[in-house]
Amino acid sequence: MLESYLREKRSQKEILLMTHIVLGYPSFSQAYRIVEAMVEAGVDLIELQIPFSEPMADGPVILNANQSALAAGSSVEQCLAFAGEVCARFEIPFLFMSYYNILYKYGVDRFAAAMAKAGIRGAIVPDLPPEEAEDYLKAMVINQLAPVFIFSPNTPDQRLQFIADHAKGFIYCVARTGVTGSRTEFSQQLDAYLNRCRRATKLPLALGFGVKDKADIDFLRGKVDIAVIGSQTIRTVDKKGVEAVEGFIRGLTL
Amino acid sequence: MNRRGYYGGFGGAYIPEILTATFAELTREFDAAKNDPSFWQQYRDILATYSCRPTPITFAENLTEYLKGARIYIKREDLNHTGAHKANNVIGQGLLVKRMGKKRVIAETGAGQHGVATATMAAKFGFDCTIYMGEVDVERQRPNVFWMERLGAEVVPVTDGTRLLKDAINQAFRDWVTNMDTTHYVLGTACGPHPFPEMVTYFQSIIGREARKQLMETEGRLPSRVYACVGGGSNAMGIFSGFFADPVQLVGVEAGGQGLETGRHASRLASSDGSVGIAQGYKTYFLQNADGQMKETHSVAAGLDYVGVSPILAQLKESGRVRFETATDVEVLDALSLTMKKEGLIPALESSHAFVQAFKEAPTLSRNDIILINQSGRGDKDIFTIADAFSDPSWKKFISKKATKYHA
Repeated sequence: MLESYLREKRSQKEILLMTHIVLGYPSFSQAYRIVEAMVEAGVDLIELQIPFSEPMADGPVILNANQSALAAGSSVEQCLAFAGEVCARFEIPFLFMSYYNILYKYGVDRFAAAMAKAGIRGAIVPDLPPEEAEDYLKAMVINQLAPVFIFSPNTPDQRLQFIADHAKGFIYCVARTGVTGSRTEFSQQLDAYLNRCRRATKLPLALGFGVKDKADIDFLRGKVDIAVIGSQTIRTVDKKGVEAVEGFIRGLTL
Repeated sequence: MNRRGYYGGFGGAYIPEILTATFAELTREFDAAKNDPSFWQQYRDILATYSCRPTPITFAENLTEYLKGARIYIKREDLNHTGAHKANNVIGQGLLVKRMGKKRVIAETGAGQHGVATATMAAKFGFDCTIYMGEVDVERQRPNVFWMERLGAEVVPVTDGTRLLKDAINQAFRDWVTNMDTTHYVLGTACGPHPFPEMVTYFQSIIGREARKQLMETEGRLPSRVYACVGGGSNAMGIFSGFFADPVQLVGVEAGGQGLETGRHASRLASSDGSVGIAQGYKTYFLQNADGQMKETHSVAAGLDYVGVSPILAQLKESGRVRFETATDVEVLDALSLTMKKEGLIPALESSHAFVQAFKEAPTLSRNDIILINQSGRGDKDIFTIADAFSDPSWKKFISKKATKYHA
């Protein structure tokens, strides 16, 4: 189970690190090297984003990575094959992140079975609220996969609990309004929100959107279980190449 | 679980968590407005004094004579302020924005008609306004960009994806998830997450309500068939709304582009290329590949150049209540020419799609039949596209001269 893995890890470390890549960006072979570097640098789990043509919740950096991957011909089958490879090769858990149409078009049951077969442990689907997730939740349960749902700062307390009731593995707390990759102020305001999240669920909490450096992660120590680094790795790859990834990640948790 | 805004198997609200509270507020406000009898009255009054409502129906006597079949009536949405039915929806949503106390509106636009309409509404009601428009559309609808900017709106060209309407919608959503506390997204068509399909249809239903009443007054009977072009589907839903309960054939006409066989079209319902998917917050027929990636669409009419379609129309197709056809770019120009020459009317390229199908069917009907075409917008905005399509020599000369003058 993803949750028990996270609890076990968390008992050894003050904060866990989840990183993110877009599959097929800059290419599948380079994406593999990025995963390798991330695991080498001590990352605790990785989200593999299957590119989609309409990534509504993503900011310019991840949007561009989605478009480039698709332009280079990245297909869902290739993404599943890639997932199978990295899950077999590396010991840390991998999750899929994508938009619901990718799952829907593949067939939600078939997709969940393919995830399980590849060794993927769960999924984050930002445009799928629990209200629309009946088929998805069934398929995830059957295949023993963790459906990770999202909290946001404007989610009322009652709804936080409703969401938590459907979630498994952990909860992804969005740090602020807006899309991925923009600046986040890591301030005391965040504390009040995270306290509300904590009260709503016993599941581990991850925090993402705008987490970009060691200072941000230090701020989050003791407040959440997992810090999520998304756009900043892609920026690093874009600016300094795949070789820079390992150093960047190591620098975050030193 | 609470299934919100479904029409058969279509619709829903596939929204990121950050917008859930915003949609709840919008739905609450819309429901309250619907149940407030003074709201519709206020809506009608503003449209009457600001946008020439009720727009008339015109009997197309010469076209009727020429096609030797059904009596052809045209609902004149082109006579709205800003030249299209889009004015109805923006005034309605503008009133909701006032009720919610928000100060800024954003919108996507394809042809630019919805953008211009939103910009006028924002000026009138005192809102800040940002319009997202695909770069391809900015290029082909330059006059509308000019008007939006002059009206005080900021026009942001969208350079992502296919650089068309769907990409402008994505960008508007990205703005909204950032600024929802101050901002309302004035979605321009009967698509997107609940309550937009229902809400836009509700405001546009004024077209059908009027048209039915006007035909009953003029002819004392119902039309046999009603024709409307279908991009997202707002003008079609608007005029069809007046006739759902009647024994009237409803015909939606999609963009056949360069022909269905070329793959370069925007026909989600009439062609076999569309398949059910979930994107931009709702479930409907999309033009997408086997992986669920959206395809590039094509139409001479920017306002029909869209990958999705109203979930309500998707359901009406499945139930058989509405029939869907397509018109090619070439057929559209012919129908536009004929309408100009015979009636002195200038339908928009979008609206001309409805005329194509009506002209095909009119001769097959009897002289006792009545048909009604929704002229959803006026064509003068399309002057550059139409002049190019007709390869008009004196226009080209004029533009060259003008260009030389700017360089002088």
